[in-house]
Amino acid sequence: MTTMTAPKPAARRRLGNSIWGIAAWIAGIIFVFPVIWMILTALKQSKDVTTNPPVWFFTPTLEHFSTVLGGNITPYLLNSLMASVFSTLLVVCLATPAAYALSLRPVRKWTDALFFFISTKMMPPVAAVLPIYLLTVRIGIKDNIWTMVILYTSMNLPLAIWMMRSFLLEVPKEVLEAGEVDGAGLITSIRRIILPIVAPGLAATALICFIFTWNEFFLAVNLTDTVASTAPIYLLGFISGRGPFLADLSAAATLLSLPVLIAGWVAQNKLVRGLSMGAVK
Amino acid sequence: MPAEAPPPFLFSGGGAFVPTGRQTPMTDVITRAEDTKPAPPVVPPKGGAKERWSRRAPLLPALIFAIIITQVPFLFTIYYSTLSWNALRPGVRDFVGFDNYLTVLTDDRLRSALLNTVILTAGAVIFSMILGLGLAILMDRKFLGRGIVRTMLITPFLIMPVAAALLWKHGIFNPDYGLINGIFGGNTAWTTSYPKAAIITTLVWQWTPFMMLILLAGLQSQSNEVLEAARVDGAGAWRIFTTMTLPHLRQYLELGALLGSIYLVNTFDAIFTITQGGPGTATTNLPYEIYQTIFSKYEYGEASAAGVVVVILTIIVANFALRVISGLFKMEEGR
Repeated sequence: MTTMTAPKPAARRRLGNSIWGIAAWIAGIIFVFPVIWMILTALKQSKDVTTNPPVWFFTPTLEHFSTVLGGNITPYLLNSLMASVFSTLLVVCLATPAAYALSLRPVRKWTDALFFFISTKMMPPVAAVLPIYLLTVRIGIKDNIWTMVILYTSMNLPLAIWMMRSFLLEVPKEVLEAGEVDGAGLITSIRRIILPIVAPGLAATALICFIFTWNEFFLAVNLTDTVASTAPIYLLGFISGRGPFLADLSAAATLLSLPVLIAGWVAQNKLVRGLSMGAVK
Repeated sequence: MPAEAPPPFLFSGGGAFVPTGRQTPMTDVITRAEDTKPAPPVVPPKGGAKERWSRRAPLLPALIFAIIITQVPFLFTIYYSTLSWNALRPGVRDFVGFDNYLTVLTDDRLRSALLNTVILTAGAVIFSMILGLGLAILMDRKFLGRGIVRTMLITPFLIMPVAAALLWKHGIFNPDYGLINGIFGGNTAWTTSYPKAAIITTLVWQWTPFMMLILLAGLQSQSNEVLEAARVDGAGAWRIFTTMTLPHLRQYLELGALLGSIYLVNTFDAIFTITQGGPGTATTNLPYEIYQTIFSKYEYGEASAAGVVVVILTIIVANFALRVISGLFKMEEGR
């Protein structure tokens, strides 16, 4: 039966698939279009930026990128880099052992601990910002990048624990037991068995924490002034401009989004897992 | 994020949410972890106290860190909420009990902020969910360049939210040189004529990829054999979708809605940059309202009370949503 009817449905399905494919391509282009528009605007000559109707063909220029880079963007970038890198390192150092104690060698009330962590993620930051603000002002650590590192660590900790736990659970129990039988100590089994299996997961977790820290705005706007301001704060200078500033804005937005775009594209296979706290593979 | 309430109060039955019963491969969300769980997790500690502490040790740094950074500030917020405290009146900080709560709950501004929060969150979640479902269905088949299309689709989610908000505000919504009026003509000032719709559009653009990824994972976890069997039995595509795919997707839809709401309820970037809560208070949501109460009006006591109210509301929503999911799992088990 299948041999007789196979060609027809196959051909039909192929045609169907290519129609779906075209639809998907159109949807993808629509969704990415504002980003393309942003990059195009950043590359336009100043006179072409605020035309109506929009100019589609123009002689590209890197003038706006060099304006932005020649301005005062560097401290913001360095602050963001410091906050992201150090808080990500700290998160990984705290979350990995904790995830281990909630998965492979669980403590007694592991579900309670796990749900305690996720509940800290669900609560609005706006409910804690005032005491933190007052405390940092009083002891003189407001507008300090290390304060931001600590806060971002606590922001990403639940996500990292849940995510790392889901990766650690993929370590086959039999392999661990076999290692124990062969006399492998804790250090050996972590180094030789667990780490190689969870390394990609660890990298994905780090990338996702990096993304969230880099893009964070609420705490940065309330707890930094001049010294410790991060990349999103740099963009606030563009809130109420008009006219040709749009090209500079687009260039700055492109530059500042680039690290996260790259991190996200690299981690895209693990992105959904991180965003769902490890609940969805 | 900082601040929250003690977990026994919040999720008294963590175990109920992660049921231990046998799950079919189809009930994959969250319980999946449970499936691969190394046997019964509650292993009676062999070596008594020493063994228990060696198990606890790796957990403690993270636990202590989380308690200090997220719980302690919230306790202070509760304390502040009982004070009559305006930073512009130095020295005056009287205990007023529940007066601030009374003010907050009877205040029109807060009620409209609450309503705006619900509208903006629900609007963004619902529309990004519908679009995300459509895109996930498109992406669930093989076609030329699927990887590239997926990369294009997740890109909006990766753009820095402040950058995305500014891009939409100036590059797309601007009445004189924005992309919409540039292409379709007219001179509508989108962010002032339709402020809520403008905010929701920006949020939907950023969050649709998130919904798509979760729903796509759901679609791909469906058993191909079962679908094939249904097809052989003569079930049409629409029938398969409504009777098999949608029920299977239901928990993924709920998970997306739950996580999306939890993230989107805190929307601040887009409102701060695009409308500053305006025009008037048309787009002032609770986070923005509390932000203004703290940093423009210096009403610390009132802002703290409002913060506590927000936390209580979030607990209700989160708890309710988790219960729905947990109930779903039980229903699946009972079948």
